[in-house]
Amino acid sequence: MSRALLLLRRRLVGSIFVLLIVIVGTFLLLEAAPGDAVDAYLVSTGGDAGLVEAMRQSWGLDQSAATRLANYLWALLHLDLGQSVAFSRPIRDVILERLPVTLILMGASTALSFGVGSALGIYAGARPGSVRDRVLSTASLALYAVPGFWLALVLVIVFAVDLRWFPISGFETIASGKTGFARAADIARHLVLPVTSLGVIYLALYLRMMRAGMAEVWRLDFIRAARARGLSRRRIVLAHVARNALLPLVTMLGLQSAQMLGGSVVIESIFSVPGLGRLAQEAVAMRDTPLLLGIILVSAILVVLINLLVDIAYAFLDPRVGASEASA
Amino acid sequence: MRRLVQIPEALVGLGILAVLVVMALAAPMLFPGDPLAIKGAPLLPPFQEWSLPLGTDRLGRDVLAELFHGARTSLAVGLAAAAAAIAVGAVIGTLAGFAGGILDETLMRITDAFQTVPSFLLALAFVSVVGPSLTVVVIAIALSAWTGPARVARAEVLSIRERDFVAGARVIGMHPLEIALREVLPNALPPVLALSSVIVASAILIEAALSFLGLGDPNRVTWGGMIAEGRTVLRSAPFLSIVPGIALVLTVLGVYLAGEGVVEGTAVRKGLS
Amino acid sequence: MTGPLVSIRDLSVTYRRDATSFSLRNIDLDIAPGERLAIIGESGSGKSTLALAVAGLLPPTAAVNGAILWSGQLQLPRGGRDIGFVFQDASASLDPVMAVGREIAEVAHTHLDQDWAQAERRALELLRRVKLPDPGTVLHAYPHQLSGGQRQRVAIAAAIAAGPRLLIADEATSALDTIVQAEIVALIRQLVAEDGMALLFVSHDIALAAELADRIAVFRRGEMVELGKANAVIQAPEHAYTKKLLDAHIGLDAEPMIAPVGHGHV
Repeated sequence: MSRALLLLRRRLVGSIFVLLIVIVGTFLLLEAAPGDAVDAYLVSTGGDAGLVEAMRQSWGLDQSAATRLANYLWALLHLDLGQSVAFSRPIRDVILERLPVTLILMGASTALSFGVGSALGIYAGARPGSVRDRVLSTASLALYAVPGFWLALVLVIVFAVDLRWFPISGFETIASGKTGFARAADIARHLVLPVTSLGVIYLALYLRMMRAGMAEVWRLDFIRAARARGLSRRRIVLAHVARNALLPLVTMLGLQSAQMLGGSVVIESIFSVPGLGRLAQEAVAMRDTPLLLGIILVSAILVVLINLLVDIAYAFLDPRVGASEASA
Repeated sequence: MRRLVQIPEALVGLGILAVLVVMALAAPMLFPGDPLAIKGAPLLPPFQEWSLPLGTDRLGRDVLAELFHGARTSLAVGLAAAAAAIAVGAVIGTLAGFAGGILDETLMRITDAFQTVPSFLLALAFVSVVGPSLTVVVIAIALSAWTGPARVARAEVLSIRERDFVAGARVIGMHPLEIALREVLPNALPPVLALSSVIVASAILIEAALSFLGLGDPNRVTWGGMIAEGRTVLRSAPFLSIVPGIALVLTVLGVYLAGEGVVEGTAVRKGLS
Repeated sequence: MTGPLVSIRDLSVTYRRDATSFSLRNIDLDIAPGERLAIIGESGSGKSTLALAVAGLLPPTAAVNGAILWSGQLQLPRGGRDIGFVFQDASASLDPVMAVGREIAEVAHTHLDQDWAQAERRALELLRRVKLPDPGTVLHAYPHQLSGGQRQRVAIAAAIAAGPRLLIADEATSALDTIVQAEIVALIRQLVAEDGMALLFVSHDIALAAELADRIAVFRRGEMVELGKANAVIQAPEHAYTKKLLDAHIGLDAEPMIAPVGHGHV
């Protein structure tokens, strides 16, 4: 356990630096945006031009860039992301409201892609070069080339418009009054198509990683030793080959979380799922740059946290991780 | 090249890419004039009229012409963004690996930061702040795609920098920057270039997604934009979204297949020599 | 005494790629129950191919002619159950992410019809038998936490976990330094004696073979050039090649016997 803790402490320090760089980056983008929050406010409200200077002053926009960066950091330290012009509410509140939906969507997509992807990968990789291996490998490459947003439209045409199996959009039936399990089932029904659209490309990725990894493990000496011990093929495949090939997939989970957050923008927009991604699209549509950058910042924090979790999981799965540090 | 042809997947991939390049090059000749101009009655289904084989969209524009011109955009953005990402990544990775110390540490933390921000969100923010145009889209995509090449280049440089020819360059008094860029970088390049098919493919996909959200270059036809257009009439004319999507899938597939074929082909050649 | 445990009849092995060069050529050899047979030869002599052939571990690209009989039957022995196999590189024969106790218990679980708790107890007992210090801790350790000698002891424990009647050690000590090597050889000798196992000891080291074996078979370029009682082969080698091996051995080993003082061994 101390092994995982040591690792965690080192990663945490690195993460703080990384987040600082992200903050400076978002600040620079904010600065680069034509016009400032006051202009955006005026555009959206059509307010009095006489107010402009007073507002700039009260929002600290008349000060030097360095001071503004300091103010920005200071505000962030107090978990203050500023005011959303589009929603006339604190950015933090808007984001926190949308976050759970995105977490549910991403969690389900990750579970689908990782679970089914690695299972199919094991099925293919159990017999390298077999017919099923080649079929799954080719199919996964084709799936890997399918853009999520287009898949989403195709799924809508087939399963929502033609077959009417699933609702076309939304997170749950509005004002249905459902609670508890009925509500969860309703949400699940709404999320089938978005989760599939978001997850399929990663399903293909995990499948490919698993079968490629297994093909490599098969060649290792300890597999020959396991065969010499007369273990069943099933046991060799699951407990040794797949078990070792699983490790790079776990690492991939961290990288994938960042990509999936990006992918959720389009998918949530298509299915009108009120999550962080759709919020980003709304922020772009309503020219609310501070809100968009707030979303980026929260996404970065989310990715950092997920990566920490992945690191812990990895340390549990691979006993070699951090071994040299713990003994030193 | 001959060996490449022996791998069937690579052959299919190269075939698709060749068709695509021909489409892109021939677009202005086969379909001169503005592909966004109205050519006929709106929502004409495919295979109904000789002059408009794939029918027309909601505004009466020629779908086939749009498809050809869209290939230009997709290829241009994919190649330009990948070239920019690889160039920037290779230089940054080389500098980090060659310099070591604080510079290395700083550059790698910046790389981490770029990998922490979801690349599509970064591209989205960049385009929405600077305003959509082809160049901006290319920069936005390159901005999030250079980290992979940077990491690979750095790892490669770390193994190269202790070799004889680098020491030799030091002895004859070459400037470290010159050694890094003229001696080390070219040798670190092959594994970085092996990433290019993945980067081109993801650049094409990101461009399509940006266009789909209405953040592509408004003066150009893009497949993503066509899919978005078709979405408004998804129930009555699904082919308007499906056709450009298939083009997109085939393109990305072609890039992957050709890329894998090249990697495999070079591996075979190395194995034989 | 009943018939031989293993009978090898006119065995030839070639790798398909090149059907004219034999890895093994017309080998006839018996291993009696409880017998200790050493096979010596240089690399490329086919001695490891023979070991793999007996255990049924040849790669699919190998073409096998002739017969291997197990207890007089024309059937391959079951790996793990009938034959225990110890490879040269112990670090490569253990799964890096599996606790070594589990890796041993797996064998007992598979072949002895034991549930995991029983198999785990058997693993503990085996770790004690191969003389690993603090077996309770080692049971939950991973290969990277053990030294080379300790890993080889684990590999031996896994090889004998299901009580095989034949133990094959394929260069099992050649990756270890001299002192650890001697300890492992002593361990193998003891285990074989205690369990009444036959031993097929494959080595390039003729002195080591002489120390351990009842009989020695000398292999060269896929053929068996000499077979006889260990003492006879060492003291009065018939074949010129065996003489050469003996001479070379004395010349080579004179120095290293003193030089490397064991570091980090068991």
